[in-house]
Amino acid sequence: MTIKAKVYVMPKNGVLDPQGKAIAHALGTLGFEGVGEVRTGKVIELELAETDPQAAKAAAEAMAKKLLANTVIESFRVELA
Amino acid sequence: MNATILLFPGTNRERDMAIALEKATGRKPSITFHRETELPPGTDLVVLPGGFSHGDYLRCGAMAAQSPIMPAVRDFAAKGGHVLGVCNGFQILCEAGLLPGALLRNASLRFLSMDCVLRVERAGTPFTSRWQKGETFRAPMAHGDGNYFADEETLDRLEGEGLVAFRYADGNRNGAARDIAGILSPNLRVCGLMPHPEDLVDPLMGGEDGLPLFTSLAETLVSA
Repeated sequence: MTIKAKVYVMPKNGVLDPQGKAIAHALGTLGFEGVGEVRTGKVIELELAETDPQAAKAAAEAMAKKLLANTVIESFRVELA
Repeated sequence: MNATILLFPGTNRERDMAIALEKATGRKPSITFHRETELPPGTDLVVLPGGFSHGDYLRCGAMAAQSPIMPAVRDFAAKGGHVLGVCNGFQILCEAGLLPGALLRNASLRFLSMDCVLRVERAGTPFTSRWQKGETFRAPMAHGDGNYFADEETLDRLEGEGLVAFRYADGNRNGAARDIAGILSPNLRVCGLMPHPEDLVDPLMGGEDGLPLFTSLAETLVSA
């Protein structure tokens, strides 16, 4: 039995996201109108050998704090599938 | 001075670093592999060179900062050991929490490979004793993620405590906060910087502008 967790990692507010800016610019060039700020992040899917959703979530959060996100510049959110 | 250079998968500046260290000290540095768990006995300088450790996957330096050797480096620094991180080495030191802040993607999104001019902001440290405060020197840079970031409070503290070692003096190409190119730990024994002084230590390389960093270290650690 496994539980799948998704870790969403995004740059914190106030942290420059030049990739997001470049994408916004490219969308404008392609003729898509009305696109405001674009921010990019990562989604990391984890397959966890767990049966207890709470334990799975806690494990994913520990992994995010230790490695998956750098909380100096990024925030994260864990969702269970 | 007994220097050891850490080697991670994807490190590629270890030979340049070894040449600079040997030139300044007359002694060949040892190489310590990332899977080791102890530094060579008698080490008095640990150097994290440039490169693309672990392919820059996830974030630059993130994986290397969790390497088996890093607890020994953290321990060494906590006991007052000297640590130098250049480029990817600086990124690793930040990811490992040995220096504050983080290095983001260059604001221009371009990889920058060119010379820059650095200004020495803090003289009289183990890394800068051969320079005067305000002195400028040329240094090659080669990075995609050199945009130094820290929150305002941390930046104010770094400046207030004189822990900014080097600033870009000829324009801010990567977007680094307050033009910061290199910083120091509060005990002045851990230093990280983005440009590569080790690549300008011999007339054959086009100059010796970077040599004072290594002769400063050699002078400081001569007794060791």
